[in-house]
Amino acid sequence: MSVVFEKTQLLTDKPFHYCPGCNHGIIHRLVAESIDELVQEGKLEAGNVIGLVFTYQGDGDLASIGTAEIVHAAHRGEKIVTIFVNNAIYGMTGGQMAPTTLVGQKTTTSPYGRDEAWCGAPIKMSEMLAQVPGSYFIQRCAVNNNGNIIKTKKAIKKAMEYQLEGKGFCMIEVLSTCPTNWGLAPVEAMKWLEENMIPYYPLGVYKDKGADEK
Amino acid sequence: MALTLMKGSEAIAEAAIRAGARFFFGYPITPQTEIPEYMSARMPELGGCYLQAESEVAAINMVYGAAGTGERVITSSSSPGVSLKQEGISYIAGARLPCVILNVMRGGPGLGSIQASQGDYFQGVKGGGNGDYHLLTYAPASIQEAIDIMMFAFDKAEKYRVPVLFLADGIIAQMMEPVEMPEMVDFKVDPEKKPWAATGWKPGDDPKKRAVINSLYINTEELSEHNELLQSVYREIEKNEVLWENYKTEDAEIVVTAFGTVARVVKSAVDELRAEGVKVGLFRPISVWPFPTQALRDTVCRDQVKAVLDVEVNAGQMLEDVKLSINGEKPVDFFGHLGSQFPTTAEIKQKILEMKEAM
Amino acid sequence: MVKVMINELVCKGCGLCVRACPKSVLALAKVKLNAKGYHPAEVVNQEACIGCASCARTCPDVAIRIEKE
Repeated sequence: MSVVFEKTQLLTDKPFHYCPGCNHGIIHRLVAESIDELVQEGKLEAGNVIGLVFTYQGDGDLASIGTAEIVHAAHRGEKIVTIFVNNAIYGMTGGQMAPTTLVGQKTTTSPYGRDEAWCGAPIKMSEMLAQVPGSYFIQRCAVNNNGNIIKTKKAIKKAMEYQLEGKGFCMIEVLSTCPTNWGLAPVEAMKWLEENMIPYYPLGVYKDKGADEK
Repeated sequence: MALTLMKGSEAIAEAAIRAGARFFFGYPITPQTEIPEYMSARMPELGGCYLQAESEVAAINMVYGAAGTGERVITSSSSPGVSLKQEGISYIAGARLPCVILNVMRGGPGLGSIQASQGDYFQGVKGGGNGDYHLLTYAPASIQEAIDIMMFAFDKAEKYRVPVLFLADGIIAQMMEPVEMPEMVDFKVDPEKKPWAATGWKPGDDPKKRAVINSLYINTEELSEHNELLQSVYREIEKNEVLWENYKTEDAEIVVTAFGTVARVVKSAVDELRAEGVKVGLFRPISVWPFPTQALRDTVCRDQVKAVLDVEVNAGQMLEDVKLSINGEKPVDFFGHLGSQFPTTAEIKQKILEMKEAM
Repeated sequence: MVKVMINELVCKGCGLCVRACPKSVLALAKVKLNAKGYHPAEVVNQEACIGCASCARTCPDVAIRIEKE
């Protein structure tokens, strides 16, 4: 008997409290597996001077109240990895409009749909932070299908490797569904993400000084 | 007038609208988020301005700007969010701008809890920002009371040119109660009545008649004079604006002090003890700044009163103002719960009975 | 032979695994409810499974384990 897939020991055995279909659970697993593999590959031993430092943030946090802070973390080239989960809404406080909420998207604080003339078009954080000299590696991913899930994990692991080498500020933006607050079943939410979020937030690498140097 | 069953957050938001507020700046934070949510739907209906800021720091500074034009402006948040607003509040108080600020208190310190608490009394009443300033501060104990206070809050703010703070809590915001919603006030900025307001300079206006909204005084004499003015306003407020409730204190031997929703639990305890022949009453400050010092002394500093018990959901904050008022003339005991744990009627009764035995 | 095992206690019946499976091996239970009141995912066509683990990768609650004899 060989194992094709099993939960990594680094992930808690406590059941997640997220809503059914919430992509946070997928992203948590990718982060835990990436760390697990770095340990297996000997890239993350106790002696590593910097050690692995990462933040896990949502859009209400990073693109709103924490905008100044994330810009200056990138500006200083802080040696951290930021996992930025963009679900175009404030999930935890119950579905309010976020700076990443799409134009026309209805939320509990944009009941008539986000009005660009009134509160602007959604912020593209990966593109924005890629302009900051101190940022080293920035990629936007999604976990809407098997291929993208595998790509997201590669990106997270790559960012962690750069961080362990002390290269500078790395951010992986992961588009994510919020079924409950979008008012959609989990499967429909994935479809909505593919048809609405990915076109506005194109997936891809927005900065990779490592590749540029090669 | 018909009673409507409304959620506290929405009732208070609607009351602000009825009182003439047409500018709201906010940010999501439990347990007050239904206020910005309500405003986001309602303000556009009236041509008002709802804006969700990027943070509470930004929100209070938007209030600073809008209030400078003489408009009726309101913002709301909960404890950690209100902490972020302290600097802005100090500026607004320094610039003498009227506005209304709601704090729907939750457990602290730090992220604390999302349930109700009374832990921000000091921050609200003693001034959480820099410099000598005060906010006209009210602690409603019911949704109706919050509505009734809202209907005069802007008038008082404008009369004294001072921010008004509501120290509500998560219970008031989240519970539903039947309320009577007053009629809409017809309010429009009248530059004659508010010469201080920056209502915009137009060609042909007198160049000297400019309204400058400012809290900076590089010249220290001027700043000192400015502070003298602020202090004189605060004395005026202390003279005219104290509000409190005495409940069954006429013949009370023990007087309990409490504010906000905790006072309602105390009332239940008072009623039950009265039925058992225990002479106990409640003194409930409604304005917590200005603190009803004289009213408390008139109630407590009488021969029949043997002891005072202060009941709060914090580590003893209003307790200090109670002690300051009574000035050692009667023993003051304290019964507090911490975090967001509210006391039960039975617990308060037991504490009072213990005090009675010790008398 | 590949064996797909779903932890029914943890499953929230979100249906993402059913959507992800290229061989229609999985389906949400029609009647059965788990302790939390969700219709858990079930293996309805084990033979068709090619062991690609798409289901396990998309599961937000890491409720799927896959083994191969």
